[in-house]
Amino acid sequence: MTDHSEVDTVTGKSTTGHEWDGIKELNTPLPRWWVISFYLTIIWSIGYWIVYPAWPLISSHTTGLLGYSTRASLAVELANLEALRGEKMAALAAAPLADIEKDPALLALARAKGRTVFGDNCAPCHGSGGAGAKGYPNLNDDDWLWGGTLDQIMQTIQFGARSGHAKTHEGQMLAFGKDGVLKADEIVTVANYVRSLSGLPTRKGFDAAKGEKIFTENCVACHGDGGKGNQELGAPDLTDKIWLYGSDEAALIETISQGRAGVMPAWEGRLDPATIKAMAVYVHSLGGGK
Amino acid sequence: MNKTVNPKDLTSEDDYGPLYAARKKVYPQSVSGTFRRIKWGLMAFCLGVYYFLPFVRWNRGVGAPSQAVLIDLPNSRFYFFFIELWPQEVYYFTGLLIVAAVALFLINSIGGRIWCGYLCQQTVWTDLFYAVERLIEGDRRERMKKDASSDPMKLERISEIVLKHSIWLLIAWWTGGAWVLYFNDAPTLVKELVTFQGPMIAYVWIGILTATTYLLAGYMREQVCTYMCPWPRIQAALTDEWALNVTYRYDRGEKRTSVKKAAELRALGQQVGDCVDCYQCVAVCPTGIDIRNGPQMECIQCGLCIDACDNVMAKIGRPKRLIGYDNDINIHRRQEGKAPVYRIVRPRTIVYSAIIAAVGGIMIYTLATRSLLDVNVLHDRNPVAVKLSDGSIRNAYTVRLLNKSGYDRVIAIDADGPANLTVHVVGVDSVTPDRPMVVIPRDSTSELRLLVTAPAESNPEKSVPVRFHVTDVGLGEVASATDNFVAP
Ligand code: SF4
Ligand code: SF4
Repeated sequence: MTDHSEVDTVTGKSTTGHEWDGIKELNTPLPRWWVISFYLTIIWSIGYWIVYPAWPLISSHTTGLLGYSTRASLAVELANLEALRGEKMAALAAAPLADIEKDPALLALARAKGRTVFGDNCAPCHGSGGAGAKGYPNLNDDDWLWGGTLDQIMQTIQFGARSGHAKTHEGQMLAFGKDGVLKADEIVTVANYVRSLSGLPTRKGFDAAKGEKIFTENCVACHGDGGKGNQELGAPDLTDKIWLYGSDEAALIETISQGRAGVMPAWEGRLDPATIKAMAVYVHSLGGGK
Repeated sequence: MNKTVNPKDLTSEDDYGPLYAARKKVYPQSVSGTFRRIKWGLMAFCLGVYYFLPFVRWNRGVGAPSQAVLIDLPNSRFYFFFIELWPQEVYYFTGLLIVAAVALFLINSIGGRIWCGYLCQQTVWTDLFYAVERLIEGDRRERMKKDASSDPMKLERISEIVLKHSIWLLIAWWTGGAWVLYFNDAPTLVKELVTFQGPMIAYVWIGILTATTYLLAGYMREQVCTYMCPWPRIQAALTDEWALNVTYRYDRGEKRTSVKKAAELRALGQQVGDCVDCYQCVAVCPTGIDIRNGPQMECIQCGLCIDACDNVMAKIGRPKRLIGYDNDINIHRRQEGKAPVYRIVRPRTIVYSAIIAAVGGIMIYTLATRSLLDVNVLHDRNPVAVKLSDGSIRNAYTVRLLNKSGYDRVIAIDADGPANLTVHVVGVDSVTPDRPMVVIPRDSTSELRLLVTAPAESNPEKSVPVRFHVTDVGLGEVASATDNFVAP
C-alpha cells in the first residue's frame, strides 16, 4: 500500500512513500483531463468489444453486433473497384480492335491494362519489356513468326502456338539429324547455305550448289523459295537479320539436327476477352507491324 | 551561467520553480488608441480576405474553373488569379515560403515581433473572440467578478455563457467553412454543404477547423504564444539592438508613485518618474505581463499597453509614449541627454531586403517566361534498342507532352539525331513523313509512345544524343528534350 502521509519538507507536497537510495518520490498525480480520457478509452474499448468482432472462442470468435468483418469489407471494396473499372473495360470490350489505337483515351487504357497483364503473364518468357530471349521472340522488332498485324497478334495470344488449343497455330521445325533424314556433313552444308541467305559469312570450302540442293529438297516446303519464310506455318524468314535461336553455325546445326517447337500457351479462357484485347494492343504498340 | 550550489545552501529563491504551473487567467481590459485602431483595421482586412476571397471570380474561359484562388487537388492544379500552377511547379511555393520567412526576419529586425501582435492568425482570432466576450460579459472587472462569484448560476449568467459560446462556435464554424471553399468552387460547395450533399472530407475539415479555432482562440489564447509557438524562441536570434520593441522608457525616471505623491515630491525637487503605477498597461495586456519589467518572451508587441499608458499620460498632463516602440540604445542615449537615433537601413535589413528582392525577382521572371508547352522523354529500358529485320535500329521512348495553355494544340514531333531518324507515334498515322502530329487537349498531358528508327546503313555509334522537338504548329512555340539513341 502506498503511504501518502509523509510530507516533503522542501516542496510541502506529500510523497508516494516510495524511496530508492534515499530519493523519495513526490506524489504528483496525473492531470485530471488525462485520467478522464484514460477512463473514457477504457469505456470505449468495452463498447468496441461488443460492437466489433473481438474475442477468440474455441473454434470461432465473437462476431460483434454489427456483423462487421474485414474480409467482407475487402470483398465490397474489390467489387467497388471492379465496378469502377467495369465501365472503362466495357468500352474497351465494345470497341472494334482496329479502332482502339485511333482513340487516344482507349489506346492509353489498353496500353496501361496491357502492360500490367503482360507483366503478370507474359514477362516470364518474353521479358518485362517484351525483349524476348533465345527461343522467345522479341516483341519489339518487326519480325513476326505468326504475323504482326493487330489481328494476328490477337489470334496468337488467344490460341497460342502448339498449345493444344483447337485453333492453335501448328507447324514445327523437323529434327533432320535426329530423325536420320540428313547426314552430318549435309547438315553442315545446309547450315552454311542458310547463313549465306542472310548475307552471313560461310565456312571455307562450303559447296553452295550442294547446299541449295539440300535446301530445295528439304526446307523449301516450309521456309519457301529463297527462305522467305511462311507465317502460316510459323516458319521464320531466313533472309533477315533476326534469329530466334541464334545465327552462328553451331546454333543452326543444332536447330537443323534437333528441330524446334517452342510453345506459346493459349490465353483464351484464362483471361477475359477485353483483357486479351488490351494485351494485343499493348504488344502491337511495342513496335508491331507486318 | 548556472553557479554550482551546494544543495544544503539551497533556499526557496534558488528553486527553479515547479515544472508545471496552473494557468492564470488573463482578463484584458478594453483600450482605445492608435494601435488598437490599427489592430481593428488589420483584423477586418485579414478576416475579410480570408472569409471572402473564395467568392472572388476570375474568368479563365469555358471549362476552366472561374474561382480566383483555387487549390484543385483532384486535378492537381493551383489557381491564383492569372497564374495557374502545375504539380511540377511547386517550387514556386518554396520560393514563396522563403520570401515569407525572410520578410518575417526583415520585419523582426525593424519592428520586432509586430507580426505576432498584428497579423498572426492566433492573435487575430483571439482578439476577435475577446471582443465577443467583452461585448457579452462586460469588461475586465465585470468578467473577473462574474468568474469569481460563487453564487449559484443565475439564468442571466447562464444565458450569457451560452450566447458567448454560440457566437464563438459560429465564428469558428465559419472559419472552418471558409477553409474548404479554397478547395472547390465556392458557390457550388456552399450549396452542396447546406443541402448536405457535400463531400465527406469537407465536413471533416470544417469540423477539425471549427474545433481548433474554438479551442485555440477561445481557451488556449496567450498560451499558444507562450508555450506552443516556436517563434518567440527564434526571434531572440533575429532581433538586434536596433530593432524596435515595445519598451518601457525607464529613462523617464523612477520612482513610480501616485499622481499626488509625485506632485508633492516634485515640488520638493525630488527625482520622480512619469509612471504613476496605475497598472493600466498590465490590465490591457492580452498576455498578462508587466512590460515595465523589461522585454519579455510573452510580449507579442501588440502595442495595447502603449495606448493604455498614452491615455493615462494625457490625463495627467505628461508627455505620451512612456511606453513605446523603441530600443535600449535610445533609452541610454536619452539618459545621456543625447537625441535618439533610429536606424532602419542596416547591414541586416539590407541583406534581408536583397534576399527578398532576389528570390521574388527570380520567381517573377520564371513566372513571366515559363513555357506553356513542355515535353519529358523517357527511354525504354527493356529492350534499349531493337534490330529490325532489315538491319535498321529502333529505339522506343515514352514521351509526355504537357499543354498548360487554355486551348487545344496541334503538336508536331521530330527528332534531331545522328542519321536520318524516322519518328513514329504509336496510334498516329503520320501525314508528314517523320514529323507526326498529335492533338493535345487544353490543360492536360498526353503520354505517347515514340518509335525512332535509324536506317541500317547509318551504322550509329553505341550511344548518341538525340534531341526531340515538339512544336505547336499554330503558334510556333517549341519545347525540347534530350535523350540518347542507343545501338544494340
Ligand atoms: S506588454 Fe504590451 S505590447 Fe506586449 S503583449 Fe502586453 S500589451 Fe501587448
Ligand atoms: S500605464 Fe503607464 S503610468 Fe500606468 S502603470 Fe503602466 S506605465 Fe505606469
